[in-house]
Amino acid sequence: MKVSGRLRRAARGALFGALLAAILAFALFPLYYALVTSVTPSGELFRAALVPPGWTLEHYRGVLAGPFLRAILNSALVAAAVAALSVALALGAGYALARIPFRGRHGVLLAILSVSMFPQIAVLAGMFELVRGLGLFDSLGALVLSYLILALPFAAWVLTTFARGVPRELEEAAALDGAGPLRTIARVFVPLLRPGLVAIGLLVFVTAWNEFLFALTFTLSDAQRTVPVAIALLSGASAYELPWGAIMAAAVVVTLPIVALALAFQRHIVSGLLAGATKG
Amino acid sequence: MTRAVGPATLRARRARAAWWLLAPTLAALALAAGWPLARTLWLSLTDATLADPGDFAFVGLANYLEHDAGQWYGVLADPQWWRAVRNTLIFAVASVALETVLGVAIALALDVPFRGRALVRAAVLVPWAVPTVVSAKLWAWMLNDEFGVLNHAALALGLIAAPIAWTADPDLALVAVIVVDVWKSTPFVVLLVLAALQMLPGECYEAARVDGVHPVRVFFRVTLPLIWPALAVAIAFRALDALRVFDLVYVLTANSASTMSISVYARQQLIDFQDLGFGSAASTLVFLTIGLAAIVYLRLARLRPEEVR
Repeated sequence: MKVSGRLRRAARGALFGALLAAILAFALFPLYYALVTSVTPSGELFRAALVPPGWTLEHYRGVLAGPFLRAILNSALVAAAVAALSVALALGAGYALARIPFRGRHGVLLAILSVSMFPQIAVLAGMFELVRGLGLFDSLGALVLSYLILALPFAAWVLTTFARGVPRELEEAAALDGAGPLRTIARVFVPLLRPGLVAIGLLVFVTAWNEFLFALTFTLSDAQRTVPVAIALLSGASAYELPWGAIMAAAVVVTLPIVALALAFQRHIVSGLLAGATKG
Repeated sequence: MTRAVGPATLRARRARAAWWLLAPTLAALALAAGWPLARTLWLSLTDATLADPGDFAFVGLANYLEHDAGQWYGVLADPQWWRAVRNTLIFAVASVALETVLGVAIALALDVPFRGRALVRAAVLVPWAVPTVVSAKLWAWMLNDEFGVLNHAALALGLIAAPIAWTADPDLALVAVIVVDVWKSTPFVVLLVLAALQMLPGECYEAARVDGVHPVRVFFRVTLPLIWPALAVAIAFRALDALRVFDLVYVLTANSASTMSISVYARQQLIDFQDLGFGSAASTLVFLTIGLAAIVYLRLARLRPEEVR
């Protein structure tokens, strides 16, 4: 009786272990395989080996020598600008929506929520025209402007959720000292919400770093291209011979920093995502 | 002029401050979202082209549907559009269903305490952090018909007799797109469900265990209703994302008819064919589809699963 119970427990443990192994393999194998491919010499790629049969940095050298480095810089610039801009704008909006009762508040929240559901394609034609009209076509400015539609509703929504959690007493103390809304935001909300602001900034950064449709449509030249477009358009001598080693090297270069960021700030990011998914 | 400020004026002053604080955000949204959307709607009623957008005529609803000389024209008369609608619906239903089932299962497994759990939870989130374009490329390489590791493995194990052209075969390409989306987006469902599971009161389980209720019954009777609000949000987010899918389809299979989503269709008309009017009409239809889905969700979200029957 006792032995069979222990056996059952062991069997169940082994089964659970196998389940976890399967989950981990599903989640991590594609990235692991990209890493393997990126260091495999070109002549060995056809073997589809699970561990690198040789070792080379040729793919990394090739990718980083081309226009790809410029694309990384462009992506970083655009993503940082969009993150800073969205957080700054959303601070005021989030405070107002969370803390000031005014007529039309519900309508504004609903408008922000609706914009966050817009399919990008619905604004593509109008945005194309606007970007051209403002002389921003094929420039990073076009991307900063168009990414606001992806970033700002999310940032404002999540900030509203976070701002609701700030104790009212602190705000009232600031008001008694004669601080206006802007001073209250700067003195009370920014310090208290710093983890939340980091989370929102990071999530916006990642969104902008990953965006593809607008970048594909509003930029043309290598000098203005961002990382996702550069990777999608990486090609070899002919359409039938894609440089898989180089593509995987590029994939590793742009993904590892994001994965590292996501893991380092995991708790922040999870809290931001959860706040974004709660109803207002 | 009185010196005492009454509560009513104070409230009015606060309300004014609220609008000032909101003004930059609302202005930015009007410029980046409201105006382009309005222009897209307007352009859909014209015959504008990308080459010369200034030179156009008002054509009414002709871009949507028009009967002329015994022939139907417009987006709604284009079989390719309906093919895209079908692809998008199949993709959305299949990927969201798989992500929901897998996401809940993985979340339940990761809710059990074990050594190294934090590490496994972090690892499971990794695909979510991988850029969509990169995910598409990673899988395009693994699914490659000649050199792909999945074909190699399946051949070695004797599962298939000849390599399969996953992304080129019209019957399989949509499956490939669904697989990649499931890989990339399941972590999002896991995350939301895990958070909901952690907030569940332990007493329900204790009571159920004492009563000797089968775990599967416990799941459907106790756990599922309790995590339903979080799961509903996850499903809605995923569904809205799936209906507007672009990157994954475009990078994995380009403008191939067998996988083309409605967003890919609209962009092809707009940019590749330079037909601003027709493409805007398609874009508007995408917008209406998503809007309808969002409204349906907002209606359904108020209901609990036992009420939906």
